[in-house]
Amino acid sequence: MADRPYLALAAAQVRSQASYRLSFWLDMAGNLVVLSADLLALLVMFQVTDDLGGFTRPQVLVMFGITAVAFSLADLAVGNIERIRVYVRTGTLDTVLVRPLGVLGQLLAVDFSIRRLSRIVYGSVILGVALHLAGISWTPGKVLLLAVALVSGALFFSAVFVATATVAFWWIESGELGNIVTYGGRDFTSYPLPIYGAWFRRLFGFVLGLGFISYYPALVLLGEPDPVGLPAWTGWAAPLTGPLAAVVAALIWRTGVRHYRSTGS
Amino acid sequence: MTVIKVRSLSKHFTVRKKVGRFRREATEVRAVDGVDLTVERGELLGYLGPNGAGKSTTLKMLTGVLTPSGGELSVCGLTPVPQRRKLAAQIGVVFGQRSALQWDLPLRESFTLLRHVYRVPVSDHEAALRRCRSLLDLDAFLDTPVRQLSLGQRMRGELTAALLHRPQVIFLDEPTIGLDVLSKQAVREFLGELGARGDTTIVLTTHDLADIERLCRRIVVIDHGRVVHDGSLTELHARYGSRRRVTVDFAAAVTGLSVEVPGVTLERVEGARVEFALDSTAEVGDLLARLVAVGGLRDVTIAEPEIEDVISRLYTSQSPSSVG
Repeated sequence: MADRPYLALAAAQVRSQASYRLSFWLDMAGNLVVLSADLLALLVMFQVTDDLGGFTRPQVLVMFGITAVAFSLADLAVGNIERIRVYVRTGTLDTVLVRPLGVLGQLLAVDFSIRRLSRIVYGSVILGVALHLAGISWTPGKVLLLAVALVSGALFFSAVFVATATVAFWWIESGELGNIVTYGGRDFTSYPLPIYGAWFRRLFGFVLGLGFISYYPALVLLGEPDPVGLPAWTGWAAPLTGPLAAVVAALIWRTGVRHYRSTGS
Repeated sequence: MTVIKVRSLSKHFTVRKKVGRFRREATEVRAVDGVDLTVERGELLGYLGPNGAGKSTTLKMLTGVLTPSGGELSVCGLTPVPQRRKLAAQIGVVFGQRSALQWDLPLRESFTLLRHVYRVPVSDHEAALRRCRSLLDLDAFLDTPVRQLSLGQRMRGELTAALLHRPQVIFLDEPTIGLDVLSKQAVREFLGELGARGDTTIVLTTHDLADIERLCRRIVVIDHGRVVHDGSLTELHARYGSRRRVTVDFAAAVTGLSVEVPGVTLERVEGARVEFALDSTAEVGDLLARLVAVGGLRDVTIAEPEIEDVISRLYTSQSPSSVG
């Protein structure tokens, strides 16, 4: 532990946050309220209908749960990258760049926020309950697929966080744009693909890859055919989306850092 | 040994300005425009110029923060942006306007954190910290959270933070900006001591001429992105005839005062107040001796030449020959 620079940075950050104790608990509570609102919206929809896009409540909850876990993992790891905006605008990225460590790693460690941990716990509970209710016939392959899909999804959302935050290097007033894309993406993958209109589904589901995060892996787990018409192996190949997105995001990030202009003086 | 080598370095920014409601006009600003510079190991170099001259931009390219638009540069044998992380271990940087310390934690913890960041062995770290503690008098506030430190205390902390990993080169961007006289002095003394040991190269940007006067044998003046002077401060004053100002208040209105001291000119008489301008050859002592002889002296103020003044002279004296 003593010799890990990034861990030391993160630990210092946690100690700094601990000096504002009330704010810590208020944040934790706020997190839970926001999360429950999303789940509530889903449950309300099932009050008026028995299926969404041909899927039952537990089945949709599986997709919702996979998304929740993947997203909260990404959020814990890189969610604070949106703060890059502040670093670029105020020029404080200078002090990050003159240290012998990676920029991304430092920013993540320096703004590491333990309070996001609550979301992972919450997402895991939803997923666990959903998998139980959906009555899945488990095989070793399916267990592996679920694990890989969660990691891939986390990687995918991390890539989205990083790529959208990088916009700040070119466009300082990017504001909440990043949040629209990241949270919009999460909401999209929380529901089955067939509920979306054709062009919407093609653009976001296939071109941007959001369909491969929870929907296709969930189909394999549930043993359901795809109403949209893709072959059954799509679900097994879907986890490739995560690493692919990560590579793209890394390229964007590198270009962004080279474009950093700092501020006067 | 050459530590810093810079050839025709430039940095251009595109600045977009709003014209009309939607249209934007792009203009190119040449912040640094063909700078050549060589710094040897152990030198203490003052890099100065008025606001917006390109000092900080040069420094940020040397430290790997900004990517140059053109030219070649090497610091400690490394190319700053591509080899940023390797370079960072070899250099120390103090940005007067930014903090490298942990805002909410005691100063001591920031130092411990830096030991991890730079992977410094515990014994080396402690030795370096001990030296800084005695030279900069850190003990009184080592356990105070950084947010509660005065600016002077914080700057002493920043200096320590930049030195704990024993860098070969240390870059300081306006290290005395906003400090009170005593703190400025402490910073200067410390840098002087560091420079005197001869193994650390120091590059200092400032627009406080006193910093330069006390510390640097060599100064590089930059204006509009170009080097306009590279040499000693005396050479600069001699070349561009920058003048100190001595303001004298007498007990009563002065009439018919004349002082024949070489290099001194009487600039203005306003009732009991008299202003003299002294060029670099003039001795303040000679002038004062003369004035004491006149009698009725109440107050004397000596103003160092303003750097802006020096630069503007330097710039106007250069412009006829450097057109085009």
